[in-house]
Amino acid sequence: MTVAAPGTTGFDPQRSWALHPQVALRPEEFGALAYHYGNRRLVFLKSQALVDLVTALGEFDSVRAALQALIEPTEHRRYEAALARLATSEVIHVR
Amino acid sequence: MSAESPLPESPLPESPLRESQARPPALRNDLERGLAAPICLTWELTYACNLACRHCLSSSGRRDPGELSPLEARGVVDELAAMQVFYVNIGGGEPMLRPDFFDLLAYSVDHGVGVKFSTNGTRLTRARAEQLGAMEYVDVQVSIDGATAEVNDAVRGHGSFAAATAAMGHLAESGFGRFKVSVVMTRHNVAQLDALAGLADRYGAQLRLTRLRPSGRGADTWDELHPSAAQQRDLYRWLLDRPDVLTGDSFFHLSALGEPLEGLNLCGAGRVVCLIDPVGDVYACPFVIHPDFLAGNVRAPGGFTEVWRESSLFAELREPQSAGACASCGSYDACRGGCMAAKFFTGLPLAGPDPECVFGHGEAALAATTPSAVPRPGADHSKGARGVTPVRLPSPTRRPVHA
Repeated sequence: MTVAAPGTTGFDPQRSWALHPQVALRPEEFGALAYHYGNRRLVFLKSQALVDLVTALGEFDSVRAALQALIEPTEHRRYEAALARLATSEVIHVR
Repeated sequence: MSAESPLPESPLPESPLRESQARPPALRNDLERGLAAPICLTWELTYACNLACRHCLSSSGRRDPGELSPLEARGVVDELAAMQVFYVNIGGGEPMLRPDFFDLLAYSVDHGVGVKFSTNGTRLTRARAEQLGAMEYVDVQVSIDGATAEVNDAVRGHGSFAAATAAMGHLAESGFGRFKVSVVMTRHNVAQLDALAGLADRYGAQLRLTRLRPSGRGADTWDELHPSAAQQRDLYRWLLDRPDVLTGDSFFHLSALGEPLEGLNLCGAGRVVCLIDPVGDVYACPFVIHPDFLAGNVRAPGGFTEVWRESSLFAELREPQSAGACASCGSYDACRGGCMAAKFFTGLPLAGPDPECVFGHGEAALAATTPSAVPRPGADHSKGARGVTPVRLPSPTRRPVHA
């Protein structure tokens, strides 16, 4: 069971999400730097696993399915919370 | 609408995978080791300027005959695009004096490199404001250094306040959107903070405050213009109450006073920021135009990319830095010893307190320096002798410039 973090209402992990088309990812040693050309926000993706997850997110029917496939079970909660924050910054959007 | 949402001012707004703290030290460590490309690059397009501000960081005035040609400037944009530098802060000199300014602006945004440029406003007519409003990914920053002509013109020259506010009017009336009003904090304008905020508000603009550095002509005027210790504390409290006021991460030395200010709170020189000057020289940051901080030139075979990735100076700056005399201070983690440029141009050791250290350690260190040993800024393009600063405003025609 996951409790939504404050400010993340509207993020439904049962739905299918994808990297926003206006977002560019720049590879960095720690992961990647994401830049949204629409809202002009810079966001740090602080692990390669998160970069891989965000990049592949659009191929899955739901966030949960993507987590199942790509992330260690013990880390699901943390990564789901990270995706919820990325949804707030519009780095990812509902497909 | 070009400027509804501003370009990111501070390079560290968000990190989705975070621990409990708002600013995880792990991320700061990553940034201190340097990024694959800068996230906050300043590019000064020309040393030519029709003002002669007494604190000019780049000692601008005369155009340098070796200025990058329009073709070379486009080459720099190509490199920035390839490196995924998402936006660039353009300044000068007065960048609008470059004949190819609007071409370069369009070229840059067309290649995915957004532009925020700083201007004194003298060339920003109503027609130019409308032209800018029609462009995507362009943000404008008009410089004033006081809420009144009296305070502003004492630093920026007679008539400069009228010119800047006229430009602000053009931007507001042309529907450009939310532009920025940028102010360097001095001893004479800290008392005007509320008035400055009110002025920006009246034009629908966002206020941006930056720190006065003893760089360029500022080396000669810093003693006289830099805010007093009491004013620094006033400024800190004022900023804490107004997180919407932009600072370009300028005042991180004040974070030693307690709660950290918005932003990275570290020196980004050579790590996440750098400067490309009008002749293509790459310096560690916009405040250190001096041979000691010259990393290379974009005209060299490997271009800017190689300078950023391979320069020995930048490699050195990305190494862990010594806290020096600050090691025993409990606030070192908050201020990281302050601004490298401020220390360098006041003759202080880089490993040690900032000259404006909030605990007064800088003043004590300054008293122990030998004036003759204080480094002089490089690349002086001032029109008159230092300290004389003639002002010609506005100059309607320029001599032709080489291609």
